[in-house]
Amino acid sequence: MSIIAILAIPLLAAILSFLPWRRFPSAVTFFACLAVLVLTIRVAIQASCGVPVVVAPKWIAVDGLSALILLLIAFVGTTAALYSLGYMAKTCHEPKKLRLYYANYNLFIFSMLAIPVLVEPTLVWIAVGLTTVCSAMLVSFENTRGALEAAWKYVVLSLMGAAIALLGFLMLFAALQAAGGGTDTWEGLIAAAPRMHAILLKTAFVLILVGLGTKVGLVPMHTWLPDAHSQAPSPVCALLSGIETTAVLYVILRLFPIMKAVPDFHAGTWAIAFGLISTGTAVLLLLRVRDYKRMFAFSTVEHMGIILFAAGLGSATAHYGAFYQAFSHTLTKSFCFFTAGALIISTGTREIASIKGLIRNSPVAGVCLLLSGLAISGAPPFAVFLGEFTIFKAGLAEGRYLEIILLAVFVAIGFFAIMWHINRMVFTTDKGDPPQKIRLPASCLVVLVISSLLVLAFGLYVPAFLQDLLRLSAAAIGR
Amino acid sequence: MNIDIANIQILDALNSLAAGLFLLCAFAMIATRQVKGCLRLFIGQSLFLAASALLLGLQHGSWHLYGVALVNVLSKAVLIPFILHVTMPREVYTRREINQVLNIPISLLIALVLTILAYYFTIPVQQAIDPQYRGHNLPIGFAGLLLGVYTLTVRREAVPLLLGLLAIENGAFFAGIAIAHDLPVLVELAIATDGLIVVFIVGVLIRGVQKQIGTTDVGALATLKEEVVE
Repeated sequence: MSIIAILAIPLLAAILSFLPWRRFPSAVTFFACLAVLVLTIRVAIQASCGVPVVVAPKWIAVDGLSALILLLIAFVGTTAALYSLGYMAKTCHEPKKLRLYYANYNLFIFSMLAIPVLVEPTLVWIAVGLTTVCSAMLVSFENTRGALEAAWKYVVLSLMGAAIALLGFLMLFAALQAAGGGTDTWEGLIAAAPRMHAILLKTAFVLILVGLGTKVGLVPMHTWLPDAHSQAPSPVCALLSGIETTAVLYVILRLFPIMKAVPDFHAGTWAIAFGLISTGTAVLLLLRVRDYKRMFAFSTVEHMGIILFAAGLGSATAHYGAFYQAFSHTLTKSFCFFTAGALIISTGTREIASIKGLIRNSPVAGVCLLLSGLAISGAPPFAVFLGEFTIFKAGLAEGRYLEIILLAVFVAIGFFAIMWHINRMVFTTDKGDPPQKIRLPASCLVVLVISSLLVLAFGLYVPAFLQDLLRLSAAAIGR
Repeated sequence: MNIDIANIQILDALNSLAAGLFLLCAFAMIATRQVKGCLRLFIGQSLFLAASALLLGLQHGSWHLYGVALVNVLSKAVLIPFILHVTMPREVYTRREINQVLNIPISLLIALVLTILAYYFTIPVQQAIDPQYRGHNLPIGFAGLLLGVYTLTVRREAVPLLLGLLAIENGAFFAGIAIAHDLPVLVELAIATDGLIVVFIVGVLIRGVQKQIGTTDVGALATLKEEVVE
């Protein structure tokens, strides 16, 4: 029952967002997301015992892996809604546009929540397509030349990927039929996989990896990502970069256990190759960014690569690391973009070169930028460090020395690139007069404090129920 | 259903004809400069897709495929042109594309190569399919998909790009109906609805681009990158 409510609440909130009272849309969006978060925590606790929560066996069910993704979507949805409360009121003064923003926001949350909840692959494909169209208006929200260009590239490339993936999903369905039928769900596919034609499965996997990989931002299909993830308003960036990419990557990971049935095909090898290429390209591009939002966007490409890499390794520890990395990336990246929003409010620019002496001019933004930079580039004791460490350890235990060394080099380059840029922004002394102090909206401050504390806390301690979820998720792609 | 061998052969031949015309539309979409012509060809392509679904449905007595045909005609030949008509500014239709990235004869040659590649790639997959469903749908659908992707890389005008996007989906479907012939109608409807939302949103976006930047030549949008813009 709560699962139906999780899907229904954002839809209801989207309709209510059109009501004409001034502060109403933002409040209703926040409370809707909060309600969804509470319900997801309930569902996640239920699912963490190892028994899937089933609503309609052929269509809607939540197992450990789905619950983890669901939890992440609801969490970022809530913090970004709270952040929007202050940020959007400060940056946009047209009530009509704001109503549209919140309506789109709720629809976007709905479409993302539908991805892990649905178990029928073709319907999941539709949910992925919907995330693109629901967020297109959010990306183009600022209506500048850059924002429109970003939205256009985002929509065209993501939808092209989706159309390619559609053929893959139809082939999965065909393979299931040819194998004598069965329920068309993730579980049903795994059960029927040994009876399916290997060639159909292989083709389907490659088509889906390339198609949905476009939306995840895997290199070389990543070209739209830094544009869209830098031009959207900051709370939307937190959603796009923090969770949308992970939610789509989840769909690709769902195919791994199905591919286990094909003896001469290693989905893991594809994942490791794509992961390394993405990580490597992203960190090299990180060196030359000039816009700090693009910097965080490229870091998303890097992390998607790392997660895919870890999922491609064989052991349960590596898979655990992959999901821990996905989890900590979502928390940290949303924190990064919330910081970017604070920077935009207090400096009015997105250019790295024109920001100097942040620690003196706006200490809050400076400290947050330093923390988020350290956290996302994987410095101890933040959560991302723990994730990367687990992955390295698991890879070495499997004897994949070359791949791990490459990955470690890339991660190190990424660390230096990000910290180099951030160091310049935070510590370089500013010769001019200190600019006028601008107060950050209270809701933004609250979100920044919550996110930074969580990013630190999960690096030191992982609660038992979360560990269960991560273990279940690892088991779901590793059997 | 009790259809004798001769009838099945006729249906098979007709289906091959539909497949051929489907591919012809895909080629013509690459060769057409006028935006309006592109739209007409897309509608034509969708109708041949529906015809193929209908013929396959008759051949195998599958109600699902009739559903596919009906949903396709309704959404792609009626609703999508209507939505485009409502959301697009008028002058978009009269535009001609002068500057494509490659000229049209070269584009057509590349399209030919892509079609041959599509046949080549689908040989192993064809062998895995039940012989009674084999036919030309899979390679031609895959060719349609590749040609659509190719269109996206060379076109610069917004509406033909959108139509190229929809043509990729048409290609995926054309291949899909031959193999996944029992897709639930609910899923079918959901996919069609998704297509309509896509067209609506992209239409609104194109309108925004035209209002803000003054052109629908989206190929000219290239300011976001790492290099210093002079």
